[in-house]
Amino acid sequence: MNIELIIGILNIVLISTTPLVFAGLGELVTEKSGVLNLGLEGLMLVGAVTGFITLVLTGNYFYSLILSIISGVILSGIFAFLVLNLMTNQIATGLALTIFGIGLSAMLGKKFSGTPIEGLSPYYFIIISFLLVFSVSYFLSKTKSGLIVRAVGENHNSAYALGYNVIKTRYLTIIFGGVMSSLAGYYISICYAPMWQEGMTAGRGWIALALVVFATWKPWRLLVGAYIFGGVAIMQMNLQAFGVELPGQFFNMMPYIATLIVLVFISSNKVRLKLSAPSCLNIPYEKNS
Amino acid sequence: MQSIVEFKNIYKSYPGVLANDDVSFKIKEQTIHAILGENGAGKSTLVKILYGHVTPDSGEILINSDLAMINSPSNAKNLGINMVFQHFSLFESLTVAENLILGMNEKIPLSKLKEKSKTICDKYGFNLNLNSPISSLSVGQRQSVEIVRSLLNNPKILIMDEPTSVLTPDEISKLFKIIKKLVKDGLTVIFISHKLEEIINLSDYVTIMRNGKVISTISTQNEDPETLGYKMLGYKVSKAKQISGINFSQEIFRIKNLSTLSKDPFTINLNQIDLNLKKGQIFGIAGVAGNGQKELMEILLNENDYEFSGDIFFKDSNINNLSTFQRKSLSISYVTEERLGHSAVPEMSLSENIFLSMNHKSEFKKGDFINFEKINSFANDVIKNFNVDTPSYNVKAGKLSGGNLQKFIIGREIMSNPELLILSQPTWGIDAGSEAFIKQTIIELSQKGVSIIIISHDLDELLEVCHKISVLYEGSLSRPLNVENINITKLGKYMGGLFD
Repeated sequence: MNIELIIGILNIVLISTTPLVFAGLGELVTEKSGVLNLGLEGLMLVGAVTGFITLVLTGNYFYSLILSIISGVILSGIFAFLVLNLMTNQIATGLALTIFGIGLSAMLGKKFSGTPIEGLSPYYFIIISFLLVFSVSYFLSKTKSGLIVRAVGENHNSAYALGYNVIKTRYLTIIFGGVMSSLAGYYISICYAPMWQEGMTAGRGWIALALVVFATWKPWRLLVGAYIFGGVAIMQMNLQAFGVELPGQFFNMMPYIATLIVLVFISSNKVRLKLSAPSCLNIPYEKNS
Repeated sequence: MQSIVEFKNIYKSYPGVLANDDVSFKIKEQTIHAILGENGAGKSTLVKILYGHVTPDSGEILINSDLAMINSPSNAKNLGINMVFQHFSLFESLTVAENLILGMNEKIPLSKLKEKSKTICDKYGFNLNLNSPISSLSVGQRQSVEIVRSLLNNPKILIMDEPTSVLTPDEISKLFKIIKKLVKDGLTVIFISHKLEEIINLSDYVTIMRNGKVISTISTQNEDPETLGYKMLGYKVSKAKQISGINFSQEIFRIKNLSTLSKDPFTINLNQIDLNLKKGQIFGIAGVAGNGQKELMEILLNENDYEFSGDIFFKDSNINNLSTFQRKSLSISYVTEERLGHSAVPEMSLSENIFLSMNHKSEFKKGDFINFEKINSFANDVIKNFNVDTPSYNVKAGKLSGGNLQKFIIGREIMSNPELLILSQPTWGIDAGSEAFIKQTIIELSQKGVSIIIISHDLDELLEVCHKISVLYEGSLSRPLNVENINITKLGKYMGGLFD
């Protein structure tokens, strides 16, 4: 194996992993405030298709990026309204959001499937993803607003009793998560592919969800985890090139197996679970009246 | 003196209850104003309204004679109102410093916060380590964090909801000194309690509430516990009386050198517990909450598979490895602390709840079917014999008031004819009438030869009914003290961990 090949592989890992970092980081912040959003896959697909269509119709990268972000704000805003105001079940609502997003993106993108576009360089986004990991990590551990997010996820009743607005905090974190998922989708259809194809996120939303648990809700671990997951997926292609006979499905299931192992590991110890998982995750908040 | 808070015609109803019914009274500046009432009298609801935690249906609150619109806690804090909660509002996995920052109205840098909190700690004698996580603190220390957090905002009014319920007698007297000093320095303290002596010792004025209504607001100067108690309840409660001077001989239950070996820092390990219970004896286990009571109860029930060393004997046979139901079959009965969700399933009827606790008994089954006829008549007997106020045995357990449900549960266990009855917090949070009834029932039961263990935070209750009392402190059990001629100072020392 020569240097060029190694650099080539690292380059591919870098390019293919970035959507996981975006989506995972957004979900991490959402979950830190106590909300589980299983709609990542749907959010990513809608973000991907709106960005793509806007680019084809206007030819303007800036407009396409903005519209993609807006799609994330709207969809996650609806999710937030449902789970925070109407107090629907977070798991069911998140799944519905995914199914809705898959259908909506397929419908919108039908005419645009296979349209050629000129893609954006992925490297800007890769740099942004690193900066975001740093910023989120700093935000959560060093700022008062970050502390409030953690407090709301840890014990929403106490946070309210101290005068914090639980619903508002969660709206913001859910919408942040939504925007990050849209960006992940935008990156896939505009930089990574670049093209539109139905269901093109290919389960990355689910891997991003698994990644948050794998990282035990810590941004830097999420970055490392994303590259491990991404690396395993790329290994598949290269190992086949070297004549190693392992079915591709085996590699596809690796991220999930790794996540299961981490889950077993943190759940086997109540203390570790208590210290790493937000205590109010997936628990609906009802204001005393 | 000017009145700093005035409640004007406050109404608040919850489904089925009028929690506050036309509440009006004034609180004078720089005084300690107590609000006295039984559980469910509406005092917690009222202060939560003042703190913006609960919105009233109608009524007004005046602060310094100005109409105040308080519709959220942050609103209240801006008006200088802070609250120390009964069940603390702390974040367990965060550090003391992070918890303090979260309570601050204004943004200040960490260094300044440290300085400010140190000034407060030194002035009032608190001892806090800012870097320790809340989960590692004792209950008393957690309360200190809550109080310091409130004081950091320079409040004018401090609400304290049952602050003494989790403290040892020694900690209580320390707290009272702190409160008096705070008031001297300009604070107004609203103090909620149902303990009569505390109110007389500490407060200047007291507002007595019953069933959501204000009965009266008076100075505590010319009151004693008896007169105040009568005003709180509206009737006289006769104290239960245990017979003294009995010689117990036959041993029925024994715990020998029992220690648990859990590595979880959120549980308290029991440490070489020895306990010896005779037939017909009532044994009280006192101590501040969170000193291993939960773990001890779980070991006695065998609910959690703790690793432990040592032995538990019932009538000379080792029951270490017997399951809860096997222990029940040996005629040991249990009443756990949580009435709803542990002792009874709230969504199920009283009859069904009987069956759930008794299904080891064959008389309630017909083959594999439930014998509802028998169960219903059993439920009826419990309701009749134990004065449970309910229209029928088909009522869901969750619909009963705390006192009635507790009478039902204790009745259910007593009617299964136990030889050993283990109770945890038997009268916690119930009305005085039911409390007196339950205490009397327990005493009568012991006179029939049933042995009883009571785990309770309520020292007065234990002194009233028990023959012997031990104190549980950080998982260790003190040697038992005889209740006749008991030395209260010694008991207080035990509760603070000073065993001899």
